[in-house]
Amino acid sequence: MMEPTAYLLLSGILFGIGVAGVVARKNALIILMSVEIMLNAVNVAFIAVGSHLGDPTGSIFAFMVMTVAAAEAAVGLAILIAIYRLKETIDITELSVLKW
Amino acid sequence: MEPILFIIFGAIAVGGAIMVVTRKHPMSSALYLILTLFAVAALFVLRQAHFLAAIQVIVYAGAVMVLFIFVIMLINVPENKLPMERLTGLRLLGVVAAGFLILESAILARRFAMPAGSTADAGSVQAVGRALFTDYLLAFEITSVLLLAAVIGAIALAKRKI
Repeated sequence: MMEPTAYLLLSGILFGIGVAGVVARKNALIILMSVEIMLNAVNVAFIAVGSHLGDPTGSIFAFMVMTVAAAEAAVGLAILIAIYRLKETIDITELSVLKW
Repeated sequence: MEPILFIIFGAIAVGGAIMVVTRKHPMSSALYLILTLFAVAALFVLRQAHFLAAIQVIVYAGAVMVLFIFVIMLINVPENKLPMERLTGLRLLGVVAAGFLILESAILARRFAMPAGSTADAGSVQAVGRALFTDYLLAFEITSVLLLAAVIGAIALAKRKI
């Protein structure tokens, strides 16, 4: 089996793309999708190192991350629907009620 | 065989991820995200994590992405009312910072050195199931409480009147 270095590098690249999506986009839906990419990148690292060490703990952690990602998507999209109903926009720069 | 498949599926995953963050319409982003998730599931199979690969396809590419597409179609922002994306200096700085993050992780990944463990398939359904229902039973049960809270929260948030 391959050393996990290449997988960790891929994980870092995917995470960086996710970060770039979160900081550079305005569309709230795409920001949520970028967060999903970041969580998936973390899973790649967990699985790579877990199988390298021959320990099922890596899979368990990835499983927990997936559960949290599903919960996050459900709540985040519900908030998005509520915001769209109220403000008729999904542009995050226009959602600044909580700004001082 | 593994390096070739890794390069193929890794390239698909990275390319899909780049398309996700660069497309204008969220629907094309969602479809490219499904592509990325499938490629990542293939990478899980390459690492012998068969259980996680199945969960990835069923839960992520199945349930979560259906939720996303459902919401995109439900709120259905017209094409001309999508947010105008302009690359301001601050955003460019953020992208550059993300590039540095990738560079840092590359350096960290190169320094990764851990002795390989036993080659027993740690990601098989048997091994994961045994660990999940013995050592990590409490975490598993708390996860179900988390999901219950998420379901109730999502309904309460999206409902017009409670």
